[in-house]
Amino acid sequence: MKPLIIAGKEFNSRLFTGTGKFSSNKIMGEAILASCSELVTVALKRVSIGDDTDDMLRHLQHPNLNLLPNTSGVRNAKEAIFAAQLAREALGTNWIKLEIHPDPKYLLADGEETLAATRALAKEGFIVLPYIQADPVLCKKLEDAGAAAVMPLGSPIGSNQGLQTREFLRIIIEQSNVPVVVDAGLGAPSHAAEAMEMGADAVLINTAIAIANDPVRMAVAFKMAVEAGRMAFEAKLAEKSIGAHASSPLTSFLS
Amino acid sequence: MFSDELENIPWEETTKTIYAKTAADVERAIQKSKNQLSVDDFMALISPAAEPYLEQMAQLGRDYTQMRFGKTISMYVPLYLTNSCMNSCVYCGFQHSNPIKRIILTEEEIMNELEAIKEIGPFQNLLLVTGENPREAGVDYLDKAIRLAKPMFNNLSIEVMPLSAEEYSQLTEAGLFGVVCFQETYNKARYNVYHPRGMKSKFDWRVNGFDRMGQAGVHKVGMGVLIGLEDWRTDVSMLAYHLRYMQKNYWKTKYSVNFPRMRPSENGHFQPNVIMTDKEYVQLMLAFRMFDHDVDISVSTRENKEFRNNIIPLGVTSMSAGSKTDPGGYATYPQALEQFAVSDERTPQTVEDDIRKNGYEVVWKDWDGCLQNDFAQNQLNPPLL
Repeated sequence: MKPLIIAGKEFNSRLFTGTGKFSSNKIMGEAILASCSELVTVALKRVSIGDDTDDMLRHLQHPNLNLLPNTSGVRNAKEAIFAAQLAREALGTNWIKLEIHPDPKYLLADGEETLAATRALAKEGFIVLPYIQADPVLCKKLEDAGAAAVMPLGSPIGSNQGLQTREFLRIIIEQSNVPVVVDAGLGAPSHAAEAMEMGADAVLINTAIAIANDPVRMAVAFKMAVEAGRMAFEAKLAEKSIGAHASSPLTSFLS
Repeated sequence: MFSDELENIPWEETTKTIYAKTAADVERAIQKSKNQLSVDDFMALISPAAEPYLEQMAQLGRDYTQMRFGKTISMYVPLYLTNSCMNSCVYCGFQHSNPIKRIILTEEEIMNELEAIKEIGPFQNLLLVTGENPREAGVDYLDKAIRLAKPMFNNLSIEVMPLSAEEYSQLTEAGLFGVVCFQETYNKARYNVYHPRGMKSKFDWRVNGFDRMGQAGVHKVGMGVLIGLEDWRTDVSMLAYHLRYMQKNYWKTKYSVNFPRMRPSENGHFQPNVIMTDKEYVQLMLAFRMFDHDVDISVSTRENKEFRNNIIPLGVTSMSAGSKTDPGGYATYPQALEQFAVSDERTPQTVEDDIRKNGYEVVWKDWDGCLQNDFAQNQLNPPLL
């Protein structure tokens, strides 16, 4: 499997994971290690910034794990920029998952504010990974604004509904010059495999692992699904044939 | 304003609708509950017809809660700043005519209380509570209290008298995150039986307070009814209407619902008109979760320890612990009169241990004060936008 490269950094795993909703930080740590994920997103609002003994961060200390702080909770670009600066200082990384959702119910991203914040943060040297609706035009604009990858949703966060935005993801993947990470709504390993088969560069999974009866085994299941999906993509899937082969060919007169 | 909407939701008819719900209505609501339900569906789920479906509702309620909140319970603690109050709510220990010692904590006392709270648990969510005495413990007093608490607590809420939109904005600028306010009852015709005098007797001012919170951009609004006054099923249906109204009009705000229930012997001078059983309480909590997968459901120490342990997988998402419901109760005046009797007297550490035993993680911190706009704006230098 080809490694994934985002902003010059190589990842052997194409499964990114989240850290919320687990029944304990211990189980979270174990599940993430079992997933072999190399990039985990952490909500800035959940951790005690500047506190080395923070229980969640303590369980994420592993040489293969890179932290991707997120700005969940902010409502506009200004708040997001400030949060990103704080995250850089507190967690020592210039990577930021930009989440601007002024709607606290469905947590849907504000494209306009996300674009403004991406532009400002990229200029400041941040590696910006914006979480957004599966909006192909917005993805191109974010690419121009300096996003290191785009993270369109498969369906609303935490909904486990899979690739409801399938047709738009297809266009995004086709058009993108930066990696496409399908984020949010993937509820089963089969959803993750489907995204990878379509050519997504990576997926981000949180709820489906966190609330499984056995999060560690579910993490492994997602790992395998992501690998299988990617391998199938690289091996070039055969297209489904449309209809039966005609018995009276229409083009025989040409030969 | 919601008072206008309420005119079109007659109390008596709503009550009739609820009690006329059938098993078929309940089954339909259950079937649909993966998506957002209407208030009419909610009525079926809280109706007597839904009682036989409690286990099915519990399974769904647990799943919906876990999808949105995971296996976690958020913790908060109240700090009563004053028991001084101009109102005469017939069920409340702080009512004006009650001859108790009135206390308004000074700045120094507030600091002592804040430090004492930090000693009992790693709280980050603090709820500041007052009676209604705008002259001596009004907005400027709250402003000061918020500024004192802000360096120690990441998430600050108030449960005080309804304020104007400008006042809510002022407090938000001082660092306020949430506002909790209970309508107590939505039965306008009977509201003044319980709230005969003072500002609280003004039904519309109170019920429209939520619009003002929304207009001021308060991050989180806590709504609720007091169970024990009017028919609880009708009251919570009104609350459900109100929640949907707020979500549509003030969509950037997060909501929580609460339904504290009065117990018979709690208060010598007032006996509740309605007693809600544990089974009904659970039914209501599950119905709310099915009605809205994302609303925060809060359960205080009014409920006892056994009950609070048992309901952890059933929809609740935030709990208080170690609460003192009298001003100065943590450090200054440990013997003063409580507003209501605390039934769960476990320490925060014990509550945390018990939640963990249920397979849930306790979340002390889920907000950072520095993420709020007013703060961010002042810190951004030079401006990047």
